[in-house]
Amino acid sequence: MIGKALQGRGFLRFMMILAMVFLYAPIISIVIYSFNESQLVTVWSGFSTKWYSALINDEQILRAAGISLEVAVISATGSLIVGTLAGYVLTRFTHFRGRTMFSGMVMAPLVMPEIIMGISMLLLFVGMEQLFGWPHRDIQTIVIAHITFSTAFVSVVVQSRLQGIDVSVEEAAMDLGARPVAVFFLITLPLMIPALVSGWLLAFSLSLDDLVITAFVSGPGSTTLPMVIFSKVRLGLNPEINALATVVILVVGLISGIGAFKGAFKSAAPKDTPADDTATTAPAVATAG
Amino acid sequence: MKQVRFLGTLKPGQGRGWVISVPYLWFLVFFLVPFAVVLKISLSTAQVAIPPYAPLFTVGDDGTMNVALHFGNFQYIFSDPQYILAYLSSLHYAAGTAIITLLIGYPVAYGIATSKPNIRPMLLMLVIMPFWTSFLIRVYAWIGILKQNGLINNLLINLGIIHDPLNILNNQFSIYVGMVYAYLPFMILPLYSTLEKMDHSLLEAAGDLGAKPWRAFLSITLPLSVPGIIAGSLLVFIPAVGEYIIPTLLGGADTLTIGTVLWNEFFGNRDWPVASTVAVALVVLLVGPLMLLQHYQGKEGEKA
Repeated sequence: MIGKALQGRGFLRFMMILAMVFLYAPIISIVIYSFNESQLVTVWSGFSTKWYSALINDEQILRAAGISLEVAVISATGSLIVGTLAGYVLTRFTHFRGRTMFSGMVMAPLVMPEIIMGISMLLLFVGMEQLFGWPHRDIQTIVIAHITFSTAFVSVVVQSRLQGIDVSVEEAAMDLGARPVAVFFLITLPLMIPALVSGWLLAFSLSLDDLVITAFVSGPGSTTLPMVIFSKVRLGLNPEINALATVVILVVGLISGIGAFKGAFKSAAPKDTPADDTATTAPAVATAG
Repeated sequence: MKQVRFLGTLKPGQGRGWVISVPYLWFLVFFLVPFAVVLKISLSTAQVAIPPYAPLFTVGDDGTMNVALHFGNFQYIFSDPQYILAYLSSLHYAAGTAIITLLIGYPVAYGIATSKPNIRPMLLMLVIMPFWTSFLIRVYAWIGILKQNGLINNLLINLGIIHDPLNILNNQFSIYVGMVYAYLPFMILPLYSTLEKMDHSLLEAAGDLGAKPWRAFLSITLPLSVPGIIAGSLLVFIPAVGEYIIPTLLGGADTLTIGTVLWNEFFGNRDWPVASTVAVALVVLLVGPLMLLQHYQGKEGEKA
């Protein structure tokens, strides 16, 4: 019936296919060319895995990958804690002084240009170091910066999940005499687990991927993987980077794709209409560029 | 609403205060205070030192506090055409990207919203998935596609459509391609969520009353999706104004945007005060759009 109301179904389908090709062609091209033997990245000369062996022998890349993973694990965990609290506050406490400012601060990093957050946090760290002698610019400043920008994404995922949780369960527990803290840990938190899993994975992949903010706040000894990649690709195409990119795409894409999938579908479970709930979770997850 | 009051009255004590204060303090210290620091440094002068700016507050010999506010940086960036051009071109790229993503994203979002309910989650996942792979790598991939002997040129030459390779990398065109590519999902998702919530019986009613489909679309669907259009455009526009990676990797050497100018002042010239001034001016520019976005997202939140 909608189809009838809308003659241009063919046009819509065409646009959808076009958009998917547009979104996926670059990713697929990278994967294919990572197996290209030629040094000239876009001229195909035969199948080879030599860029992968070059990759696993590249000290600089391996060290940067180690730093990136360490930062990503710590900051994902940190933003899970801060983001869960922030998401809880924003959905469950509707009135407190400064709530508007709070929601503004939590949500602004979703859209705030990275370059602004980068310079402002660096200048804060420099000022703090002058005043208190802390923090030094290394992994810890990167972690603090990453927590600050990924918390918004975690809190969006948590909020949409909390809105879907039937509060009568919480009320019932309280009626039976459970204290609010017990209700939170015994009822609310277990129900939020899918959102927490996808929130953590989201924060993890955002941290692993960040270049601009990291470049500002990192110190001399803490070069992350995106920084190494950026310094190499600024000079042009590089077959080793194609191989590295394929690995990153596989690892991050798979793990966090599963996370998004689980988050989007599991959170649908308590509701009657799965598609509806996916729709509310999806923009939240996806605002996460 | 009921449960909120319930929880609110049940734990008015320190527990609630603690839950609020942890994230509150975090964002106060690491998000809001930094803006004050940027503002402060934008009012100081550069000097060769570590850190490379002059202190704003100095204590004189007689113990008095001297404040030296220096507005020269603002005068400087508003009188040097390079900065004005950078702002204009960033605005131009961001607005252009918002318009192009809207034109492409609207039919896609509409297509997803009107497809069968059982395949919608899969289509949405397809739109979201690229987010989970590295932004940097996805932008880098376009170099291989657009360059002189890249995928597109090779394809067109082999098909005999063109003889000489097209110049489609390191110019405005490639910046637009990269920006539209990177920000398209930000447009599709808010559009989808408004279109999906729409009451389709309105369209049927319009049809029953004899309205042609395009007419029903223009007078019902389009007006009802305005909140999605505004939210999507802002979600694209705001981060796009400060974009750094795309113009650097896909733009020409002469590309001037706020992002590249700020980066070069900071890392290249090590002029932190001027970089801060550029940042302050950018934040001022974005205050309006940010408040508009929060206004629209707040509305969405109330409805949900």
